[in-house]
Amino acid sequence: MSSKEYRNKPLYIISSLVENKPGVLFRITNLFRARSFNIESITVGITEKPDLSRMTITTRIDEAILDQLVKQLRKLIDIVEVEVLDVNNTVYRELALIKIRAKDFTNRNEIINFANVFRANILDIGKESVTVEVIGTPDKIDAFKNLIIQYEIVEMARTGVSALQRGE
Amino acid sequence: MNIRTMSEMSGAKALMYSLEKEGVDIVFGLPGGANLPIYDALVDAQFRHVLVRHEQSAAHMADGYARIKRKAGVCLATSGPGATNLITGIATAYADSSPLIAITGQVPLNMIGKDAFQETDIIGVANPCTKYAFQPRSATEIPEVVKKSFYIAESGRPGPVLIDIPKDVQQDVTEIQFPDLIKVRGYKPTVDPNLSNVGKAVELLVSSQRPIIMAGGGVILSGAFSELQAVAELIMAPVVTTFKGKGAFPENHPLAMGPIGMHGHAEANRIILEADCILAVGARFSDRSVGRFDEFGKGMNIIHLDIDPAEIGKNKSVDIAIVGDVKSALRTMVKMLSKVVTKKSSENPWLKRRKELIDYFSQNIKDYPKELTARKALKKLRELLPPESIVTTEVGQCQMWTSLHFDVISPGTFFSSTGLGTMGFGFPASIGAKAGRPNVHVVDIAGDGSFNMTENSLAVSVLENLPVIVFLLNNDMLGMVAQWQRTFYDRRYMGVHQKNCPDYVKIAEAYGANGLKAQSMGELEKAIKSALRTDVATVIDITIDPEEDVYPFVAPGTGLKDMITGA
Repeated sequence: MSSKEYRNKPLYIISSLVENKPGVLFRITNLFRARSFNIESITVGITEKPDLSRMTITTRIDEAILDQLVKQLRKLIDIVEVEVLDVNNTVYRELALIKIRAKDFTNRNEIINFANVFRANILDIGKESVTVEVIGTPDKIDAFKNLIIQYEIVEMARTGVSALQRGE
Repeated sequence: MNIRTMSEMSGAKALMYSLEKEGVDIVFGLPGGANLPIYDALVDAQFRHVLVRHEQSAAHMADGYARIKRKAGVCLATSGPGATNLITGIATAYADSSPLIAITGQVPLNMIGKDAFQETDIIGVANPCTKYAFQPRSATEIPEVVKKSFYIAESGRPGPVLIDIPKDVQQDVTEIQFPDLIKVRGYKPTVDPNLSNVGKAVELLVSSQRPIIMAGGGVILSGAFSELQAVAELIMAPVVTTFKGKGAFPENHPLAMGPIGMHGHAEANRIILEADCILAVGARFSDRSVGRFDEFGKGMNIIHLDIDPAEIGKNKSVDIAIVGDVKSALRTMVKMLSKVVTKKSSENPWLKRRKELIDYFSQNIKDYPKELTARKALKKLRELLPPESIVTTEVGQCQMWTSLHFDVISPGTFFSSTGLGTMGFGFPASIGAKAGRPNVHVVDIAGDGSFNMTENSLAVSVLENLPVIVFLLNNDMLGMVAQWQRTFYDRRYMGVHQKNCPDYVKIAEAYGANGLKAQSMGELEKAIKSALRTDVATVIDITIDPEEDVYPFVAPGTGLKDMITGA
């Protein structure tokens, strides 16, 4: 599959509650590898119950294969719950840290102005760089990145998506 | 929760008690540095230990035992190479959904991750071929881990579970509790089928003109033999099986058609193309069974019954899906069918067509023109072997000839490595099956290539008084590879000649077994009769022609309709 074909596939957010113990992340990622599914992003963190972690995985696959992927995940004994989130009824956020080249005063001011429009925070300013924290949907982060790419991105770190279904 | 508290004991001792509580009566294994405490505790254990000569065979023996008993078999190995030697056997059990408990020793906890002597990350290695892998990190965890392992291995779609126990965890002496109840919150196998889906399936089957049943390994795993037969007879449907499902249905039954697939029966591969409704029971539409996924079942209604929800729609989208235990679902189906089906005549056009196809292919597929052929040898074996005997196979031509020419009469008495295709499986598996059912004859239908891989299990068969018959179809070739090189590579043979090495009669005798050579049908008949009379392992070395091919043949990547009959 070419990378263009892959980018054209729909993005799904899979949310799962998993046992909080060693080896669980390995079992889940190994399943993706063994069945040739790609992980676009993965976030893991503890939940309100200390023995359970929430794992949020985004992946681009055909809808027909999605069903098979979820069933295979459900078979994993360390996965207690797994569901595909309905993007229209889900709050989801990602955080990105971007260090941007800012050679002079003008560049710095422009970047700070862009950051303000995106409600992004300036975390650090060096002699030749500005480090910005952007929080939002992956689309918003992409939009910000595409805007400031003209200044040269020195480094970037993205967390991947965390998500919860709306309502109770 | 009812918990019995025992006095202080070591982790290894707790392991023995836990295995006894699960009803274990035999384990197959080989000791080493990292499982010495387990072997010390085995001295006082209430069950039998069978010493193997290679750990791969321990896993196959436990697998063979598990398949005939329909409960978990247990094998033991030390850390590192002992554990990795088990892996082929574990992967074989995983591919064939066989319940297996593999218990490995591991280096002490404080040495894990230090690349210690005989240290392997066996949890990581075993991950893709086990249902689960545990590593108890204190002796107190062992009883719960063992109980969970048996529950996971035997329930739902069965499969292997690995328990990796660090040496110090085996040695630690502490107060240990034995739970009677355990809960695995992330594991909830579906057992009871959705009744409305069963109802829809019944309606569809009754209204079909040309229904067919495709029985898979799930029928054997759940022991649903009488239920399957009842459904078939109620709807008067011909029954084909997958290769794994061979023996799910008596192959001498008037509705039986034998296995479909790459080396299925010609009439079975043909009739399934003509059906208007397929009831697939405990089958997974594997490439070897159905050929091309996109062609198979085109224009037909497909009903799929399986305990594993992930099998529904994996290779083939279906019209009605029933998730649940095969036995329980078929029982419900029999009840529903009995209410709507009035006695059907066996004279309908569909069953006439069945007869027509069987007659056509029996006349048009010629035998290989020699006095002693694999086909004739297997027919002779069937004639002389009591129907309740257990048969296992190796992998390759010997396996596919068995599929074609050896009818399994007593359901659930045939076992082969059908998923992974492991050469060397059949012989140790036959020994395990003999341990599980000592009062019947057990035969491993072997080829010379496969038998080489685990022939040192002759020592186990002889010393442990588990006598089996090795029915060695010897063409002095890695025959299936040679057949493909003949067919697809213009007879450019590479790496297939065995050059008459070793002498199998001498090999058998060297281990204290009987070795008999059969070079004619007369000698073969005498040898089989002699093997059935003795209570010592017997190797019958049967000389067959290296050019005898397996037909019919559905070439890889083609559909069942493209079957080459060799006629």
